[in-house]
Amino acid sequence: MGSAHSVPAEMRELADRTGFTSEQIEHLHRRFKQLSQDQLTIRKENFDSIPDLEFNPIRGKIVHAFFDKRNLRQESDGLAEEINFEDFLTIMSYFRPIEMNMDEEQLDRFRKEKLKFLFHMYDSDHDGKITLQEYRNVVEELLSGNPHLEKESARSIADGAMMEAASICVGQMGPDQVYEGITFEDFLKMWQGIDIETKMHVRFLNVDTIAHCY
Amino acid sequence: MGTAPDGWGLWQHGFWGHCVLGRVTARLCWALWAGRPGGQPRAPSHPIPSHPIPSHPIPSHPIPSHPIPSHPIPSHPIPSHPTWMQWIPTPGEAWGLWGSADAALSTSLVAHPSLGCSSDPETRAGSSSVPVATVSLPLSLSPGFHVIPSVSSIVPESCLLIVVGLLVGGLIKGVGEKPPILKSDIFFLFLLPPIILDAGYFLPLRPFTENLGTILIFAVVGTLWNAFFLGGLMYAVCQLGGPGLNHIGLLANLLFGSIISAVDPVAVLAVFEEIHINELLHILVFGESLLNDAVTVVLYHLFEEFASFEQVTILDIILGFLSFFVVSLGGVLVGVIYGVIAAFTSRFTSHIRVIEPLFVFLYSYMAYLSAELFHLSGIMALIAAGVVMRPYVEANISHKSHTTIKYFLKMWSSVSETLIFIFLGVSTVAGHHYWNWTFVISTLFFCLIARVLGVLVLTWFINKFRIVKLTPKDQFIIAYGGLRGAIAFSLGYLLDYKHFGMRDMFLTAIITVIFFTVFVQGMTIRPLVDLLAVKKKQETKRSINEEIHTQFLDHLLTGIEDICGHYGHHHWKDKLNRFNKKYVKKCLIAGERSKEPQLIAFYHKMEMKQAIELVESGGIGKIPSAVSTVSIQNINPQTLPLERVLPALSKDKEEEIRKILRTNLQKTRQRLRSYNRHTLVADPYEEAWNQMLLRRQKARQLEQKMNNYLTVPAHKVDSPTMSRARIGSDPLAYEPKEDSENLPIITIDPASPQSPESVDLMSEEPKGCSGLPPSPEEDEEGLVMRVKEPSSPGTDDVFTPGNGDSPSNQRMLRCLSDPGPRPEPEEGEPFIPKGQ
Repeated sequence: MGSAHSVPAEMRELADRTGFTSEQIEHLHRRFKQLSQDQLTIRKENFDSIPDLEFNPIRGKIVHAFFDKRNLRQESDGLAEEINFEDFLTIMSYFRPIEMNMDEEQLDRFRKEKLKFLFHMYDSDHDGKITLQEYRNVVEELLSGNPHLEKESARSIADGAMMEAASICVGQMGPDQVYEGITFEDFLKMWQGIDIETKMHVRFLNVDTIAHCY
Repeated sequence: MGTAPDGWGLWQHGFWGHCVLGRVTARLCWALWAGRPGGQPRAPSHPIPSHPIPSHPIPSHPIPSHPIPSHPIPSHPIPSHPTWMQWIPTPGEAWGLWGSADAALSTSLVAHPSLGCSSDPETRAGSSSVPVATVSLPLSLSPGFHVIPSVSSIVPESCLLIVVGLLVGGLIKGVGEKPPILKSDIFFLFLLPPIILDAGYFLPLRPFTENLGTILIFAVVGTLWNAFFLGGLMYAVCQLGGPGLNHIGLLANLLFGSIISAVDPVAVLAVFEEIHINELLHILVFGESLLNDAVTVVLYHLFEEFASFEQVTILDIILGFLSFFVVSLGGVLVGVIYGVIAAFTSRFTSHIRVIEPLFVFLYSYMAYLSAELFHLSGIMALIAAGVVMRPYVEANISHKSHTTIKYFLKMWSSVSETLIFIFLGVSTVAGHHYWNWTFVISTLFFCLIARVLGVLVLTWFINKFRIVKLTPKDQFIIAYGGLRGAIAFSLGYLLDYKHFGMRDMFLTAIITVIFFTVFVQGMTIRPLVDLLAVKKKQETKRSINEEIHTQFLDHLLTGIEDICGHYGHHHWKDKLNRFNKKYVKKCLIAGERSKEPQLIAFYHKMEMKQAIELVESGGIGKIPSAVSTVSIQNINPQTLPLERVLPALSKDKEEEIRKILRTNLQKTRQRLRSYNRHTLVADPYEEAWNQMLLRRQKARQLEQKMNNYLTVPAHKVDSPTMSRARIGSDPLAYEPKEDSENLPIITIDPASPQSPESVDLMSEEPKGCSGLPPSPEEDEEGLVMRVKEPSSPGTDDVFTPGNGDSPSNQRMLRCLSDPGPRPEPEEGEPFIPKGQ
């Protein structure tokens, strides 16, 4: 992980860059082709064909993250129309598990990269801050599986969480200070208690490509 | 449980220890003396079993816990009766078990001899006096450990308790009495279940399930390896070891190995609670100690049965292997059934809140007894019951019942733990010992070797599949944390002399291993953890943010797994959750709460906790700081409706509190009408509630006053910067305005850091500020808190250069106090000095 990507290249190059083994890349490539229906790129609509994703309350955010240029390590900002296999791998590489031989510095970078990905998912207007409105959206989406739930409770939870965040990150606030939103530094602070590097990973073994896709 | 990190342990040991135990102690000591004047000779041997008193029926019954030594069935043809079938008692025996359990229960409850209904009070008193003294003395001592911090920081509590037990045992022996031995049935029936239930009910489910594979491998394969490795090597030692050991056969050695190989949950809990190791290591060692019970039970029974056989066939071994699955899965099944029943019962207890906790204990104990009845793993059943019932029970029962369950379980389990360790010490003094150097030393040595080898090999294997690998440090701690304890002792004590003539030697070796692990390993593990810089547990209280993030992450990972097309851990967890939400919750949770998503439930719980803290603290002064230091308008003032600007949270909270208070008051009143046993003591409660209500009302009025002060500007000012922080953020806001005229004025001087005069301000301040009578000028000059009620609404706090020319006034400028309570609506940007 790390350096900027330029040209789509051979498997080995991909493996070096994303940290996957060639076997994993093969698996993922098969899945990619399945999702894209043998096209070179994936568009947003392709994700609709995954039935299991339908029930996911934050489905929109997940799909969005795949097309978020910030996550694709391109300097530019904004949304991509379609992504190719390399981008797909890049996104997936955020979910690689921790490795045994990482030193402190690598570990820290690893952790930050994962958190950055999460932060971008929260920060939907790309301004580097999670505002209260964005936070409320997240909570509302999380609770969206329950139809008989009034929006008010989601709001109050988000408000409470935001206040807590403000008190964690700023501490005592003056009467006329305004906490505009959670910056990435604050975000890091809030995640201090959770070992993200040991939590945010997916097993990339035995990808079952047979079906679950129509 | 050792010293709990949150100080509750201190409370419990200090307070409860002195009040409750102290009183019991006094009564029991009195009983001891009451027994003496009779002049009856003390029972020469073990007091309890030697008396054929109807209320001490335990020894005559088959023991309902793990093994039944008196129930070997050599006459059964093996092929027609699978091994595990033989262990199922006949109905008559089953009833006998229940009977014995009841009788034993009554025995223990009627420990006070004068309450007993025996026809022979003198003998009874005499017989129970010794154990009574044994129990009472150390129990009154144990709270004292927490008072001496230096000792308890080095030596784990379990070691101290054993030492106390040894001393007490020595004392009893010195007096010429026979010290009591920890009876196995008492241990398995009464002392062990509370500890296991506490562990199961409060099991950290998430790390447990995430590491279930590793835990199971350690618990099953590791224990098997330990048992066979140790048993085999000890057999070799016995063959080579000379005349004293030659007669010990392979089966006896394997049995010994299976007894000694299991890591003990009680010892592990006692030590690991104190060293605050990280979650992963804790759950690995602790989980192993819980789950290896099934293996121990099976191996123990198997070898014990085999020891009485003439010949062991292959079929027996296969059946024994199968019986492992029956014992473990059967235990879990029994536990799940009782857990579901308990959850279902708690659905209907809304009108009898007082006995809600009872259901939890009752059904858990039933699960344990039922499992033991069929020789399934009682520990597994208890854990399964606790884990299954907890989420549903907690949603159903009241907050108070929840607190009761929590404290009662903790209290109960720590009493059990204390008793177990003390009795371990006493039993050591009391038991017959046969010390064989070769046997004991090689046992100890091979125990350690087996553990280390087992952990190393197994982690090498496990690490191939784990995503988060276990480092060498982790492996060391896992190996080192393999403490043995009272379960091994009790199992050893249960061995039958008829088949195992070498029981005393076994017991001696077991005790040696226990003492070595508890003392040496238990005492050195903390320095080693520090030395190796093993990651410690992070002391974070769960916050609402963390909950949101965790859920977000869960959904994200599930989504990514779905996109990969890989059905992994998260996928199945998600499926299970959805099933739970859709069907199970509806059946087991009453009313609206069944539909409540987890996040909301968590939020409500937190709110409730805060509300209760608020009520208990009796006022606004100590509002939990996490939320209150920052007010909502600090975050986003524009989008909020005006009336919500200030006391948004506190109003909700207040409403909640008032609701609680009101309902509780009503309930108490309703209950007052008819008395029954389950009624809470009515009068003091109502009084307390009334008082609390009154106090709360007062606090509320005060708060309202406060809010008025604070809200005024917020309502009129549209600029977000002007909104005031709520109470917590601004200590000066508490100052009553009327008094501030007499108060010395605090100078903060934020206005002019550049000003040269600001340095020697302190000397001028007294005459500058308090000496001058309040003049209209001052209001225009600056932020002087000369508490005038908002008499000059037109002025602003920003001083204008024209008016501040006179020297006294200039000084006044810097005599600033906090503008917080000042209700000027128009003040613009108070801290920016325009005129410099």
